[in-house]
Amino acid sequence: MDLQNITLISFGYFEESFLRKTIEAVKNEFLFPVIIKEGHIDLSEFYDPVRRQYNGNKLLKEVDSLYASDTYKTIGLFNVDLFIPILTYIFGQAFLNGRTGIASHYRFSNERYGLTSDDKFIIDRFKKEIIHELGHTFGLIHCHISTCVMRSGTYVEDIDQKSEHLCFSCRNGISSVLPGTV
Amino acid sequence: MAKKISILIVDDEESVRDSLYNWFIEDGYRVECAENANKALSMLESDNFDIILADIKMPGMDGLEMLRRIKLLKSESIIIVMTAFATVDTAVQALKDGAFDYVTKPFDPDDLSHLIRNASKQISLAEENENLKKKVVSLENVEDLVGKSEPMKLVLKDIESVAQSSSSVVITGESGTGKELVAKAIHSNSPRRFFPLVSVHCGALTESLLESELFGHEKGAFTGAMYNRKGRFEMADNGTIFLDEIATISTKMQIDLLRVLETRKFIRVGGNKEISSDFRVICATNRDLKSMVEKGSFREDLYYRLNVVNIFVPPLRERIEDIPLLVEYFIKKYCTSMNRPLISIDSSALKRLEDFNFPGNVRELENMIERAIVIGNGRKISLKDLPLEKSVVSNSIESLNDLEKTHILQILNKYNWNISRSAKALQVDRVTLYNKIAKYSLKPKA
Repeated sequence: MDLQNITLISFGYFEESFLRKTIEAVKNEFLFPVIIKEGHIDLSEFYDPVRRQYNGNKLLKEVDSLYASDTYKTIGLFNVDLFIPILTYIFGQAFLNGRTGIASHYRFSNERYGLTSDDKFIIDRFKKEIIHELGHTFGLIHCHISTCVMRSGTYVEDIDQKSEHLCFSCRNGISSVLPGTV
Repeated sequence: MAKKISILIVDDEESVRDSLYNWFIEDGYRVECAENANKALSMLESDNFDIILADIKMPGMDGLEMLRRIKLLKSESIIIVMTAFATVDTAVQALKDGAFDYVTKPFDPDDLSHLIRNASKQISLAEENENLKKKVVSLENVEDLVGKSEPMKLVLKDIESVAQSSSSVVITGESGTGKELVAKAIHSNSPRRFFPLVSVHCGALTESLLESELFGHEKGAFTGAMYNRKGRFEMADNGTIFLDEIATISTKMQIDLLRVLETRKFIRVGGNKEISSDFRVICATNRDLKSMVEKGSFREDLYYRLNVVNIFVPPLRERIEDIPLLVEYFIKKYCTSMNRPLISIDSSALKRLEDFNFPGNVRELENMIERAIVIGNGRKISLKDLPLEKSVVSNSIESLNDLEKTHILQILNKYNWNISRSAKALQVDRVTLYNKIAKYSLKPKA
């Protein structure tokens, strides 16, 4: 049990280079050691045949109950189309000020929006989404600064416009819980 | 710091409540949930919410019924209804019943953000509007009633304490002390401020004209009554009526006025239909109503009906310390309206003003400053610009037009009716001077 780690749990296949870059980005932003683990969940239990999507609320609770108890913060990484009952889709979600979040890169590919394929975009968007959900687990709410990673993004264009970093104010808001700070 | 918007989510499905709760919490809103309409209504009794997001289809009381009951509570919450089964009828019904918007579940994340952003904008606009209204009212008071002396502080305190009520007020004070400004200040600080303040100068009208003016008339009521006309009492509905020079009204008008004040009902001249109007009465007079009652020239019952609150506006000679403030205020007022650079007054001139008796009170001071700005050559107002010694403001000259006419004639005579030189001295162009000569029918001495 290591309550000083941020753990990324991959549910499904993710390229090693992507995972390496993500670890680096998360470590830079939150200063905690970051580890990767593989997770196994029977996704069919979370599939809604009417909407042909996966229930994000249920998945979040499942990841929280099975994988989050022995680490400081946990983010489940998926490659499925997530929804919550009230919304047509989500990129990810997290327990505000909790210990768990989930994120999916299903909707991050350019081809989905009629653009030329470019893996760099998927990786960049997914990294930002992971950091964004982690921010919520640290208690951060959506930020109005256009470049802050905590800015709300409902389209991929919104995500492309923001950076993968916390703004000064958001960083300041969580500085007391980050390692190496008083 | 901006107020945190509060949202109440009303839906019988737990998953929907949780999803919306998490979504809004992440956006920084204050969020509460209710699983049915009854719980939501009881929450609204003890708490206020800026936005209520309610499902239409719920067991027991549905969303539309809840919407109607919330509106009956006079709640200012913005209500957005949502349903999984959208029909045009329910949408139209919801909007007719006062819903802000209508959405179909599930919504696009961006639609939800837009919806809440629009509702938030509506809330902040309403707040801004309210603040601006307050600001406009307070500005009116600050600018119009100038003075920091003890007697003026007392007047302001009286205005503040009487403004919120609907009691009748009698404002007494010498001519020119600013009784009408006090009436305006009472009205603009009262809950009636967004309705009209209707002024009637009772002394300027004959009895029959005053009757028609106050009560209105029907077409054909008298010669020249070609149309139906609303009276001032009718115009002042929900607002205030200001009756200036109340001591001048006839005995018959006193009886009529008393009846209207007792019932708030009246009949137009020549009409037969009773009209109701909800107005507040403020009267002003420079005479002693009490002694008029003792002498029998003013009805006692009307006096007590009107004189619920009495505000005495002190003459200017009793608040000399306000003169510098008033001078500064009038200089600013007239320089701005005449589009001239701001000027000042030299200390000896100000000292003489402070020593002056001012029988015409603030109005006289205002006229003096206006005149000094109009005719003064220098940037500073000096003693020679003030009609304190020469008594330019004599009884025969009351209006600014009279003053202008006299001054232009003096200058024309001084320069032997040489138009160019006279125009130069008056600092106007020749065409303006010709127009003034024509306007006042000025002619050279024979």
